[in-house]
Amino acid sequence: MPAPAQRRIIFQHIDEPGYTNDLACYLRHGGYSSLRKAVARKPEELIDEVKKSGLRGRGGAGFPCGVKWGLVDRKSGKPIYLVVNADESEPGTFKDRYIIHQDPHQLIEGIMITCFANNVKQAYIYIRGEFPEGARILEKAIAEARAGGFVGPNILGTGYGCEIYVHRGAGAYICGEETGLIESLEGKRPYPRIKPPYFPAVLGLYQCPTIVNNVETLCHVKTIVDIGGEAYSKIGTPNNTGTRILCVSGHVQRPGYYEYEVGKITLGELLNEVCGGPLPGRRFKAVIPGGSSAKILRFGERFKGKRKIGNDLVDYDWGVEDVPMDFDCLAMIGTMGGSGGVIVMDDSVDIVAALANINEFYAHESCGQCTPCREGSLWMKKISARMVHGEARTEDGALLKSVADQIAGRTICAFGEACSWPTQSFLAKFGDEFKAYPESRKSAAAPAVPLA
Amino acid sequence: MNLKPETLARIDEVIPHYPSKRSATLPLLHLIQEDVGYIPPEAIEWVAARLELQPINVYEVVTFYPMFRQKPIGRRHIKVCRTLSCALLGAYKTCEAFESAFGVRRGEVSADGEVTVDFVECLASCGTAPVVMIDDALHEKVDVARAQELSAQIRREAAARS
Ligand SMILES: Cc1cc2nc3c(=O)[nH]c(=O)nc-3n(C[C@H](O)[C@H](O)[C@H](O)COP(=O)(O)O)c2cc1C
Ligand code: SF4
Ligand code: FES
Repeated sequence: MPAPAQRRIIFQHIDEPGYTNDLACYLRHGGYSSLRKAVARKPEELIDEVKKSGLRGRGGAGFPCGVKWGLVDRKSGKPIYLVVNADESEPGTFKDRYIIHQDPHQLIEGIMITCFANNVKQAYIYIRGEFPEGARILEKAIAEARAGGFVGPNILGTGYGCEIYVHRGAGAYICGEETGLIESLEGKRPYPRIKPPYFPAVLGLYQCPTIVNNVETLCHVKTIVDIGGEAYSKIGTPNNTGTRILCVSGHVQRPGYYEYEVGKITLGELLNEVCGGPLPGRRFKAVIPGGSSAKILRFGERFKGKRKIGNDLVDYDWGVEDVPMDFDCLAMIGTMGGSGGVIVMDDSVDIVAALANINEFYAHESCGQCTPCREGSLWMKKISARMVHGEARTEDGALLKSVADQIAGRTICAFGEACSWPTQSFLAKFGDEFKAYPESRKSAAAPAVPLA
Repeated sequence: MNLKPETLARIDEVIPHYPSKRSATLPLLHLIQEDVGYIPPEAIEWVAARLELQPINVYEVVTFYPMFRQKPIGRRHIKVCRTLSCALLGAYKTCEAFESAFGVRRGEVSADGEVTVDFVECLASCGTAPVVMIDDALHEKVDVARAQELSAQIRREAAARS
């Protein structure tokens, strides 16, 4: 059976010849008509549409967007802020980049609808520092939208006003974590805040109620207001509605971004058919399905259990290729859909070196507040780097695992889990290779493609 | 501090974007680094005074964020992504190609002051790995051959300048 066709909603115009990122082009393609629809309705109705749509956040956690908006403290009398998470820092993820560079007005329209629905008067786009061009494009697009009456003091003549400013980060991954991001926006080190009490919906930016949403999530909000929550909820699969952008990188013939209805394509269809399969003469070895923090899957392993389809409990018995790409199925097999970044490794890969590469990332990016995370990520890096570059011992796998096991659940933010999952899952799935490493390394030639 | 008039104008423009002046710390540091090339010690004092903060509040920001630097670098900044997707497609070899083209190790400035080569973490362009940023511009699918071409181009641009 051939893989299903892409359903391009958010990426409808990405890479379209002749489509430019200016306001005139956006308006020619029906731009800002959803905002017009939105401001003609009551804000509560818009929040209801988003609740009905079933939209889940595309930034990593998959939290239902309408529920998040429902948690906002509206009685405090303090202003409510929207912070757009354009940090796009989870390794393997590259979707917000294209929205920002090629279709910035789609994002701005989603932002303004979200602001109107939640009575927000000030939004900030927190964009990673490594997108200098993206920041300039957004600033220009906001200025155009302001001149067109879509942003600013009196939006579409309604008397409702809202400003958007762009705020640039400066190269720290932890700024993607929503409370770290808020601290960074306040001009400080991006040390994540402890929850409770610092839930952004109650005590966010400047201790005011704050909504933090990912760039892609806000583009979906635009579509929801356009077609209605009910209609949107029919796209995708139950509890995994809409489309999502899957970013495929690593060892496939055609890496890139592909937009599919959530759950309508399996990992095997995506990698073998859409992405053209492994490189010539190679076989798939492993895949990380939701950004580098997600747990790794090993080709050849099987997942068995029961799952709910409608009201029935149905048996499933899947290989890696059979897993539908949705939040729930990926969680069921012990990993996650995360940010949509699918990183593929073939049989040329030294799995210990791949883990050393990932561990170096997390050791570099830990903010350092929590001892288990700061020290643990550092030691996982040192041990795995020593295995690759120095002396490897048979017991190193167990040592790595013991360090990882002491981090998760003992930290302020989810980075603690994010940095321990790779080590835990690499060991669980490839423990044999770690054990054999001292021997296998002796006979191995210097790697053609070093990973660490 | 000797900042260009444009920099000062942009600083004045950005501070009122926030209800709290402290929020303007990162934008001010970016503007100063774009102007001066790095964050000199007097800039920390200057930003603190401008935003009514203690110098330590600014200093701790400068020392935390990887993009802020306290020393000058080469005229061109070559940033090679080393994270997994890029590494899988040869980023370490790409980095070595830049290093040997300019006779530097990563983290160093070349003897003629022309380039600094650095490893950086995921640049969110993993689908076109390996990727490299040279100053503000992203370069995609930079294998060893492409790295050599880009190095030659930097050399030509340097020669044209002198
Ligand atoms: C370590 C860490 C890094 C994160 N990085 C990002 C990021 O780069 N972009 C993003 O949108 N969300 C990121 N998140 C998730 C955010 O904390 C937050 O859940 C998200 O922005 C909410 O938006 P959504 O509900 O629209 O997905 C990260 C979370 C953690 C723990
Ligand atoms: S878990 Fe790690 S990144 Fe998160 S607050 Fe603690 S030290 Fe910082
Ligand atoms: S790993 Fe290099 S851009 Fe993401």
